[in-house]
Amino acid sequence: MLGDPAVALTILVLSFFVGFEVISKVPPLLHTPLMSGSNAISGITIVGALLAAGSEERTLSTVLGFIAIVVATINVIGGFVVTHRMLAMFKQKPDRS
Amino acid sequence: MSDSLIPLAYLAAAVLFILGLHNLSSPRTAPRGNTLAAVGMLIAVVATLLVEEIVDYTVILAGVVVGSTIGVVLALRIQMTAMPQMVALLNGFGGAASALVASAELLGYARRGESPEGVVPIAIVLGVLIGGMTFTGSLIAFAKLQELLGGAPITYRGQQVVNAMLGLGALGLGVGVALHPLDLNLFTGLVITALALGVLTVIPIGGADMPVVISLLNAYSGLAACATGFVLGNSGLVISGSLVGASGIILTKIMCDAMNRSLANVLFSAFGSVTQSPGSPGAEDRGTVTGYTPEDAAIIFSNARSAIVVPGYGMAVAQAQHAVRSLVDELELRGVRVKYAIHPVAGRMPGHMNVLLAEAKVPYEQLVEMDEINPEFPETDVALVIGANDVVNPDALTAKESPLYGMPILDVGRSTYVFVLKRSMNPGFAGVQNPLFYNDNTMMIFGDAKATVMKMVEAVRAYS
Repeated sequence: MLGDPAVALTILVLSFFVGFEVISKVPPLLHTPLMSGSNAISGITIVGALLAAGSEERTLSTVLGFIAIVVATINVIGGFVVTHRMLAMFKQKPDRS
Repeated sequence: MSDSLIPLAYLAAAVLFILGLHNLSSPRTAPRGNTLAAVGMLIAVVATLLVEEIVDYTVILAGVVVGSTIGVVLALRIQMTAMPQMVALLNGFGGAASALVASAELLGYARRGESPEGVVPIAIVLGVLIGGMTFTGSLIAFAKLQELLGGAPITYRGQQVVNAMLGLGALGLGVGVALHPLDLNLFTGLVITALALGVLTVIPIGGADMPVVISLLNAYSGLAACATGFVLGNSGLVISGSLVGASGIILTKIMCDAMNRSLANVLFSAFGSVTQSPGSPGAEDRGTVTGYTPEDAAIIFSNARSAIVVPGYGMAVAQAQHAVRSLVDELELRGVRVKYAIHPVAGRMPGHMNVLLAEAKVPYEQLVEMDEINPEFPETDVALVIGANDVVNPDALTAKESPLYGMPILDVGRSTYVFVLKRSMNPGFAGVQNPLFYNDNTMMIFGDAKATVMKMVEAVRAYS
């Protein structure tokens, strides 16, 4: 998919800049959900795990792929769910008038 | 699905991740941001399942079911005070997944007798090295935060030498694997070294430095995903990995700045292992500290116009946050304006204190950052410091010989009165005395924070 390493490197560098721009705007108030949420995003490795576990032959790679799927899924599902739980707690002051 | 459409699916996922993080800029839009990111992940996973090479779905299904079950149970049952452990564990799993995928790829090449080309061998080395270190380092961070291991730094003679040798060994093995990717002995050596490095580099770091460690491991887990992206030639992994890497790096820097320490100092100095001689010279001459009662505090708070609560990790340990919120409710009913001052390292991970107070139903407008609230202390009638010590130590501003010198603090001493709730006169994490406690306008109340605050609530109710 990324034949040329230079293309991958370009994507890498530009993504870092986007990341710095976007994340420096997240207020300290939300830094914990930011961590758990970005953690869930880093579970994108699940994509590689699916490829490793789902190929034709069953080998040691399949076993590693299976373990990778389990831990990556914990990361993704656990991360998004716990972030949701936290964000639901942040409430504005109810009107007391 | 045609394989040419799959990169487009990854692009869609990446866009949704970026939009999701963008929405985290405000607590109002943040839940939507989390949903967008989750949808992005779903798109990436579904698109991958449609790839032609995937023919066997049974292993996948089993893995997803097991992982989802564990993930949901963990996420729904974890206490908010234990969030740092949870995030450490998730970081570790992310790192493990990246290392496993990179390893599986290498084994695939070896089985086919093909040698990986171009940047792939280097990416495999980085994926295994960073991912493996993230995994074991996070497990140690988890064990320290969960108090399975003592929070104190674990040190031994020659530790830095051992770690340096191990680092060099990892470098050597990495070069070896990159040059001879199909030599599985070298590869096994690299895996073992990476796992050992994770353990040995985190054990000398003290419990109170965990905010930095977790942030750094967060960055590592992103970088490991990035490396794995290069192994697979997958743009989705490269983009998402760099976003997470950037996030971890920013948070690491914020945490280091908030303690006025360099990253190298946090990682290598085993801070907190040697207790400095308690108190700068002449600590005894600073006068005596008189204990006050919750009833004394209730009178002053009830008559104040404005108050600022300064919560520290001690408040969370005492589980006093709900009691504190009750106290603030009572005071607001009596016309006192109350805010909370949040130091960046109040808690065991970035932003932790905000989550603990949000859980106690404190409206988020009342949670004010350090830089924003510091100018307000001189106009504040009374400050209430609960379980915080080093982050309110004025020596950090004035005493050049103090180990805390240069660390940004909450300047509570400038308010008219200061109440400090504390278990005893023991020094804080940095092992230094706090001159704030000896100020004329400071009043100490000793005892368990939760019990004290509850007594204050009763006394406020009885007073008026």
